[in-house]
Amino acid sequence: MALQDTRRRRNQLAIGLAIGATGFGLTWLVLILAVLLWNGFSGLTLAVFTEMTPPPGSAGGLLNPIMGSLVMTFIAVLIGTPLGILAGTYMAEYGRYDKLTSVVRFINDILLSAPSIVIGLFIYEVMVVQMGHFSGWAGAVALAVIVVPVVVRTTEDMLTLVPDTLREAAASIGLPRSLMIQKVAYRAARAGMVTGVLLAVARISGETAPLLFTALNNQFWSTDMNAPVASLPVVIFQFALSPYDDWQQLAWTGALIITLAVLALSIIARLLAAQRKST
Amino acid sequence: MSVASFTTPTPTAISLPASAEGLTEKVSVRDLDFFYGDNRALKSVNVPLYLNKVTAFIGPSGCGKSTLLRILNRMYDLYPNQRAAGHVTMDSTDILSPSQDLNLLRAKVGMVFQKPTPFPMTIYENIAFGIRLYERLSKSELDDRVKHCLERAALWDEVKDKMNANGLSLSGGQQQRLCIARTVAVRPEVILFDEPCSALDPISTAKIEELIDELKEDYTIAIVTHNMQQAARVSDYTAFMYLGELVEFGETTTIFTTPSDRRTQDYITGRFG
Repeated sequence: MALQDTRRRRNQLAIGLAIGATGFGLTWLVLILAVLLWNGFSGLTLAVFTEMTPPPGSAGGLLNPIMGSLVMTFIAVLIGTPLGILAGTYMAEYGRYDKLTSVVRFINDILLSAPSIVIGLFIYEVMVVQMGHFSGWAGAVALAVIVVPVVVRTTEDMLTLVPDTLREAAASIGLPRSLMIQKVAYRAARAGMVTGVLLAVARISGETAPLLFTALNNQFWSTDMNAPVASLPVVIFQFALSPYDDWQQLAWTGALIITLAVLALSIIARLLAAQRKST
Repeated sequence: MSVASFTTPTPTAISLPASAEGLTEKVSVRDLDFFYGDNRALKSVNVPLYLNKVTAFIGPSGCGKSTLLRILNRMYDLYPNQRAAGHVTMDSTDILSPSQDLNLLRAKVGMVFQKPTPFPMTIYENIAFGIRLYERLSKSELDDRVKHCLERAALWDEVKDKMNANGLSLSGGQQQRLCIARTVAVRPEVILFDEPCSALDPISTAKIEELIDELKEDYTIAIVTHNMQQAARVSDYTAFMYLGELVEFGETTTIFTTPSDRRTQDYITGRFG
């Protein structure tokens, strides 16, 4: 009986510690979100979505950085997703047993955890310096470099989860490998792969460092991707550091917008993942 | 080596049954070795598959019967470090030849697996997909063919009202019959069954066995099974394998009543394995 008692006490202690740690972590998260909502929500007006970033001391909104973020994220996903899916497909399907695959996987993991400021500096060297000026294109490419490893990883993981029996079944009716991948493997892994792309979008929509050296910033409305382009993270960075109250207010509101957008993407990704499990 | 020399029986331990006279060898396996890396999983196997007959492969786990089956459609080619040596001829072509078109071979040699493996698409698409690979049919012709294949697999009545449901929504036994219909849809000449009933309940098993009996009118069938009663029920010929060797091959009734090898007798009477 003594043995059981000791075990029960140890169990209670472990549960207590686990609950305590969870509570501690959640407290900070809730505090961050509460402060963000508290400070950001009051500034959330229609003007935020219709007016440009103002000079200090006058009213304005965040239309140009919102637009810049949307366009650069879109282009980054457009560049990064096909590359990532093709590379992930090679690793999971064609080159599963090749040495090259383990090399690529290793390098991809490094890239996945590379500090984004390094990626920003790299694109600065290869694009901004060569072109002679900052540009939206450079910003989009820097973000694409962040998208690729995320998509490579999720694509490979999701395709690896597709059972080999399904591949054999496809082969058993004489399906060439390329068609098997397109019609069977992608179909079975689709939800997971889309989730990966959404997670990549969530990741890059908050990135500041790679944009500081590439897209820089723009106080005005600009759709010229060949020129500096504003983005929410960089504007938040600039405005939050400023001494002006109305700029700081806009920074809070911008942070809230990004957080809500990422939250929405995460929820969609979760729903898709749940759908994958149920089918 | 000429093709003709493949058909000359090499001296082996097995004695072909007397009734083999007049039967056509659809597939002939001669001196077949198989390697997983350095591990020799099959040792000089010789066995025929007779046209429109069911041949059962029995033996304890790891004896090489599934390995043998997976050579007949070269499924092992999907994986590295797996290698076959010897001769497998089908209609006097050596299917182990490197020049053999694998997709063409697999269209002729269909396979049904242990675990039902419907594609992640609708019931209709599961069947139509394979048909479209090889034939261009009009919508109504395609519909007819899909229906025919499902009828062939004794599944039509159960699914005719839900052709657009996901194939994965069916029960295990229905999924397995869907897989048989999918295999038949490609119009193969040989069908390989790799323990097709081991994941199914007795009623579904009975249905599949009945189906195999009907299918042999049109196809040459090989079945791997752990269930000896099943082998006795569905097959015309039985091959007993042990430790990578083909111990005995003969008419099913002979193998199960008067086996000539001691090991066969021990296995079928349940003394080992």
